Amino acid sequence: MSETPLVHLENIVLRFGEKTVLDGIDLKVFSGDRLVILGQSGGGKSTMLRLILGILKPTMGVVRYRHLQVQKLSRSKLNLLRSRVGMVYQYSALISSMTVRENLALPVEELVRKPRKEIDALIRENLEIVGMSGTEEKVPSELSGGMRKRVSLARALMMQPELILFDEPTAGLDPVISSVIDELIISLTKKTNTTSVIVTHEMESAFRVATRMAMLYQGKIIEDASPDRFRLSANPVVHQFVTGTTKGPITETPLNADSSK
Amino acid sequence: MLYRIGYLTGRTLEHIGSIFWLFLNTLEEIADNIRRGRLPFRWSMLFAQTDRTGVGSIPLVLMVSFFLGLTMALLTGYQLEKFGTERLVPTLISIAFTRELGPLLTGIVLAARIGAAYTAELGTMQVSEEVEAIEAMGIGPLRFLVAPRLVAIASLMPCLSVLSVVAALVGSGLISWVALNLVPDAYFDAVVTSLIVSDIVIGLFKAMFFGLLIGLIACYQGLTVSGGAEGVGKATTDSVVISITTVIGFDTLFNVMVTRITG
Repeated sequence: MSETPLVHLENIVLRFGEKTVLDGIDLKVFSGDRLVILGQSGGGKSTMLRLILGILKPTMGVVRYRHLQVQKLSRSKLNLLRSRVGMVYQYSALISSMTVRENLALPVEELVRKPRKEIDALIRENLEIVGMSGTEEKVPSELSGGMRKRVSLARALMMQPELILFDEPTAGLDPVISSVIDELIISLTKKTNTTSVIVTHEMESAFRVATRMAMLYQGKIIEDASPDRFRLSANPVVHQFVTGTTKGPITETPLNADSSK
Repeated sequence: MLYRIGYLTGRTLEHIGSIFWLFLNTLEEIADNIRRGRLPFRWSMLFAQTDRTGVGSIPLVLMVSFFLGLTMALLTGYQLEKFGTERLVPTLISIAFTRELGPLLTGIVLAARIGAAYTAELGTMQVSEEVEAIEAMGIGPLRFLVAPRLVAIASLMPCLSVLSVVAALVGSGLISWVALNLVPDAYFDAVVTSLIVSDIVIGLFKAMFFGLLIGLIACYQGLTVSGGAEGVGKATTDSVVISITTVIGFDTLFNVMVTRITG
């Protein structure tokens, strides 16, 4: 594990009006990590991904990407950084008016100069990686949820990112498709040597994918460990979350962080 | 009551500031892209927008303007006939439409037809996180989504306004011939004599400005949607109401200013 983190969320506090969503987060993501961030729905996990991308700015604290301070970057430099980070959204967020081919070509056409043939080859290659060859001319509405997620992943790969952020990659998918997506994340990060941060609250999926796990609770990271140590954590919140029991400290519904964007 | 007035004023000023911010940021994103040696936005997107904003709006603008011109000529003609001055109808219609009603009517039609569509489209994209996905990829969503729409509506409003004037003149000419016994030649001569270059220029400028306003309001409403399908519906209604009110408000302000300046 490298000493210098790829991403470092340093003492992050994020407030939306009176609500404190993140309360002094300190989290490092190292190259090669498959870091799973766990937590209750609406607890601020996806918000952390938006902080990394500079879409949201923290109320206090610093978001670092290598040596860069994300919230201080100029618009063009921030866009350059974003082009090196892939994001897979919970509901895929494919452009509904565009075909799969156009969706995949979009970042490359807009951000770099590449001949049409090269872009087409890249599209074919990435669709093959995610097992979606032959869907180039389909529009997102013609695809199932799992297929859309795979296309979304292929789109995230188009710029050959060094970091991929996954927002609830298996939410709403059946167990078989969930496993397929999980396997895809594992094989892909190994094959392309990509770092990934995965936000989820699905334990099975989390343990399958993670090389590291962090638990977000009431705006704080209360556990950050390897999957084996995480499973055996003495923290009662983590224990309750892992076992999924109703008895324990987790009783309240958290603030809905995402609705406060 | 005072609190409510204060609150509403504050909110209105906040929205005006945000719309201005949207415009400046769109220009900044365009400038950034040009600095990188790239086109400000995709031509294909601009053409798609101009096609539906311009070509798609022609029938409605023509129809509304034709019938309004016809009705205005008929009503004013009957009144002026009492004083034997019905020959002033072409002058009245041409000045009213070139300087005032052409841009205003086109603005109202486009606010309802195109502004609503812009808001609904961008609102749906906002709700389904498509706008954020574009931003997350490092593509400026304002230059990619807003700029082509703004350019399309601002550049085509003057063209549609000209068509509106022509349709109104044809409508009023027709009724003047049939009901007021003004032969087409005399009607045409009166129109040409009464048209002043400054009126035409003012009308075209107003049309472009109204187009920009409608586009900005519609895009702003779309990009700030929250609350799912219901939010999109509300934003679309708000977009049409605010656009039409703003266009009428600015038109009045414009008239007061121009009248003061030109005496």
